[in-house]
Amino acid sequence: EFFNLEFSNYAPWRAAQEKQFPPALLSFFIYNPRFGPREGEEENKILFYYPNEVEKNEKIRNVGLCEAIVQFTRTFSPSKPAKSLHTQKNRQFFNEPEENFWMVMVVRNPIIEKQSKDGKPVVEYQEEELLDKVYSSVLQQCYSMYKLFNGTFLRAMEDGGVKLLKERLEKFFHRYLQTLHLQSCDLLDIFGGISFFPLDKMTYLKIQSFINRMEESLSIVKYTAFLYNDQLIWSGLEQDDMRILYKYLTTSLFPRHIEPELAGRDSPIRAEMPGNLQHYGRFLTGPLNLNDPEAKCRFPKIFVNTDDTYEALHLIVYKAMSAAVCFMIDASIQPTLDFCRRLDSIVGPQLTVLASDICEQFNINKRISGSEKEPQFKFIYFNHMNLAEKSTVHMRKTPSVSLTSVHPDLMKILGDINSDFTRVDEDEEIIVKAMSDYWVVGKKSDQRELYVILNQKNANLIEVNEEVKKLCATQFNNIFFLD
Amino acid sequence: MGEEDYYLELCERPVHFEKANPVNCVFFDEANKQVFAVRSGGATGVVVKGPDDRNPISFRMEDKGEVKCIKFSLENKILAVQRTSKTVDFSNFIPDSSQLEYTQECKTKNANILGFCWTSSTEIVFITDQGIEFYQVLPEKRNLKLLKSQNINVNWYMYCPEGSVILLSTTVLGNVLQPFYFRAGTMSKLPKFEIELPAAPKSTKLSLSERDIAMATIYGQLYVLFLRHHSRTSNSAGAEVVLYHLPREGACKKMHILKLNRTGKFALNVVDNLVVVHHQDTETSVIFDIRLRGEFDGSVTLHHPVLPARSIQPYQIPAAGTREWPCVGGRGSRSRPDIIISASQGYLWNLQVKLQPIVNLLPDKGRLMDFLLQRKECKMVILSVCSQMLTESDRATLPVIATVFDKLNQEYKKYLDAEQSYTMAMEAGQSRSGPLLRRPVRTQAVVDQSDMYTHVLSVFTEKKETPHKFVIAVLMEYIRSLNQFQITVQHYLHELVIRTLVQHSLFSTLHQFLQYHVLSDSKPLACLLLSLESFYPPAHQLSLDMLKRLSTANDEIVEVLLSKHQVLAALRFIQGIGGHDNISARKFLDAAKQTEDHMLFYTIFRFFEQRNQRLRGNPSFTPEHCEEHVAFFKQVFGDQALMRPTTF
Repeated sequence: EFFNLEFSNYAPWRAAQEKQFPPALLSFFIYNPRFGPREGEEENKILFYYPNEVEKNEKIRNVGLCEAIVQFTRTFSPSKPAKSLHTQKNRQFFNEPEENFWMVMVVRNPIIEKQSKDGKPVVEYQEEELLDKVYSSVLQQCYSMYKLFNGTFLRAMEDGGVKLLKERLEKFFHRYLQTLHLQSCDLLDIFGGISFFPLDKMTYLKIQSFINRMEESLSIVKYTAFLYNDQLIWSGLEQDDMRILYKYLTTSLFPRHIEPELAGRDSPIRAEMPGNLQHYGRFLTGPLNLNDPEAKCRFPKIFVNTDDTYEALHLIVYKAMSAAVCFMIDASIQPTLDFCRRLDSIVGPQLTVLASDICEQFNINKRISGSEKEPQFKFIYFNHMNLAEKSTVHMRKTPSVSLTSVHPDLMKILGDINSDFTRVDEDEEIIVKAMSDYWVVGKKSDQRELYVILNQKNANLIEVNEEVKKLCATQFNNIFFLD
Repeated sequence: MGEEDYYLELCERPVHFEKANPVNCVFFDEANKQVFAVRSGGATGVVVKGPDDRNPISFRMEDKGEVKCIKFSLENKILAVQRTSKTVDFSNFIPDSSQLEYTQECKTKNANILGFCWTSSTEIVFITDQGIEFYQVLPEKRNLKLLKSQNINVNWYMYCPEGSVILLSTTVLGNVLQPFYFRAGTMSKLPKFEIELPAAPKSTKLSLSERDIAMATIYGQLYVLFLRHHSRTSNSAGAEVVLYHLPREGACKKMHILKLNRTGKFALNVVDNLVVVHHQDTETSVIFDIRLRGEFDGSVTLHHPVLPARSIQPYQIPAAGTREWPCVGGRGSRSRPDIIISASQGYLWNLQVKLQPIVNLLPDKGRLMDFLLQRKECKMVILSVCSQMLTESDRATLPVIATVFDKLNQEYKKYLDAEQSYTMAMEAGQSRSGPLLRRPVRTQAVVDQSDMYTHVLSVFTEKKETPHKFVIAVLMEYIRSLNQFQITVQHYLHELVIRTLVQHSLFSTLHQFLQYHVLSDSKPLACLLLSLESFYPPAHQLSLDMLKRLSTANDEIVEVLLSKHQVLAALRFIQGIGGHDNISARKFLDAAKQTEDHMLFYTIFRFFEQRNQRLRGNPSFTPEHCEEHVAFFKQVFGDQALMRPTTF
């Protein structure tokens, strides 16, 4: 199975003499037209510009162009100004996350370099490869992620004016843009969903009980989230905040800690601490070594509920085996080393037990539901209501690439179907026969979307329909999903 | 000491009798729990009073000498009076039978009668210094028939009416006890056993006094209680009570040791399965519960007093109105199961345990629950403990609350299981099964969901001052506990959770609970969710999912979809489950018309025409009263658009 994997980053699966260049980030900038309305002051509009090396006048020119496009298109559609601009070489995406603050991302179209007959390389831009919705979503995610760790643009302005805002943007995006990996963005970026860990009622109740007890004994904890195997089980945060925090945890924080775990380096039975119960708990944020009296108790600050209560919180992520808990405490309280030690001594042993309980229960449930044979089809499911997402297409998320087990062309078809679904409100079903003999089926029922890829070359439409019905009956029999 | 601090009290209405004095002798019969006041040997009257019957029996009898012992048989049928050391006199108290006395002499020659015990309404045992004699009394013949006898040297004896067991002290030291068990005309000898004396006796005189032995039924089992006094040679800090378990079959076994941690004179009572030990010097009492966890040393379990020592609540003698401290264990009063007698004052009380004060004396809530669950009158106290631990001022921590819930539900589950196996056995036909099945008794310790809901949870959730986080944590903890014991959660608890969540707009919490099926599916719950849609739109999807899972709510699903104008979806759903032949076309056409979408109306109309054709051989809606819709169809699409009947 492993050898059939295809990397979605445009591996050389076409003719050998062709050279592939995946889509790439050309530039990324943030501006506010109100900050330099007069001629000669245009530079003041620019709050952030990547790449920074670009000459000042070109920056001003590019920003001005975007401004003009947005202004111009507004006359045709006042409520929905342009979201993207297609050109031969690249595509620009516009987003206005806060009033008058514009974020622009320019992505170069993928390129195929062919050898012409006379041996000269001929560059061919693939203008239709990129999906607007995917990259618009990526741009929105950029803002959400910034906001999670920095709060709103407006708040930065209030706190320290343009200077502070510029500093924050520079500090955040300088690093964040390196992690974008535009070549492996797909349907899942549109959904920005959350994968939930399937669990029986009793184990779930035990986790509830654990969380309530922890929040009681660590009274400064305001919100808690609980994850197992990188999948969410409980969140005290509102959906939209959890969605972006989940993205951060699963694509950035957890993967960074996987390698030491695999190497077994800090499998941390701390026999050296007398009186401490043996447990596997450790901090993923905050102090690395609790025995070090100089250990720094610095936790990332996050901002949630920015639309109303606007809360700043410290994010404490603590993990034992495959179970991770996020404790969020009010940012005005600075957690001390004593607090961290107390948390470790209370949470560590209980979380260790709970983690092995969950693992055991999960294995039992798996055995009951039967050894799951690799089915003939792969699917992606998403529910807009609770952001639940399930994919058997994606293998695993890593900070660098997202591994998919299907051909990028098929992924693009999924994106196209999704765009069709967005256009109408009603339930729909679309069946596509792909060039590569695969069948692709998209279904939309109320708030749910399901995409199925079938590898049945000789099947006809009716048979495909039957297959999908079967899939729904086995995988989604406990929800109201029209077929 | 405040009134609320005493956990032992005497009953409100004691039995009053004439106090003992030179002309009035007082006797107590533990079998019938009656006090006899015998004036002048009976010549000037005998008054018999029991704790339950408020009508005393009084009669006269001839003064034939000093009365040594006087007792009624069970049901007050025959009176037995011992006046000499060789004989016992009888007189019948059966209506219309001769009241003339008749006499029985003990059979063993040269033996002295130590006493006698009634084991039924007509069976009596004489205990002599040389053995026991078991008789049947024949009142109409006015004589006795010897059923069985046994020769054995007896120092003293003791009778436990609850267990129908007589204990004889034998051997020179007196510490070998021989029990006999009586039932329906038979006498069986149980294995004898030896009481370990505190120190090796120096002399060969009687070393075990009957004052230090008691018998009582505790948790349905018969125990011999031995008060082992503090001995200077042993290391023990004070006296202790040793409990020997005396089973119907098998040997007697030393099981429990109650550590008194004091020395001096003691008296024992057993009340509500608790061993109460009174200490004379300090006029205080302690209680022990052998079901509470003690220290097990491999063979016996050591117990410490459940609570700190307290006096019995001072009582008021009704007539005199003076408050006095009851003195127990003094001269002339012997230990009885739950009775305290003062012959000199002329009172007989039942000793009672007050549960409410104990709530504050036992800070460990888990242990408190263990203790309360074993008591007879516990339910209201338990519920008040639950309410108390949830109030803001007196709030317990969640782990403690969880422990309490678990203990309650364990007891609740035990009862449910017993009830279920009883029902199953009844259905299977109990005639074939061997032992007679008894319906399980629902004791007060069974605190079910409705008790908790009514007395604790619904009140608690309405308190404004309680933070909602805590309210939800408590409700979830209770639901967790019920689930852990595999008890089906009643829907009113789920509704309480939902109401609380909705009240505080915690919709995402609600959503997650439903996602993990913590709140079990039911039609009422699905309807409740539907009603929440205007506050929380996703409730619609949650409700539909729930209806789908119920699989008995297909009509409801169709109604929900139609009300949302999702006519096509409703039709596809009903078609998917194969119910489209039986549905009302009118309902769907109505809904389709309301959407003002003509193409939709056309589709629905056409669908039913085709269905009608298939079912009735004709596309018309004739029996279904859809004239209005047919007219509308014609108006929009014209007459010729109607489907023509196909004829074959």
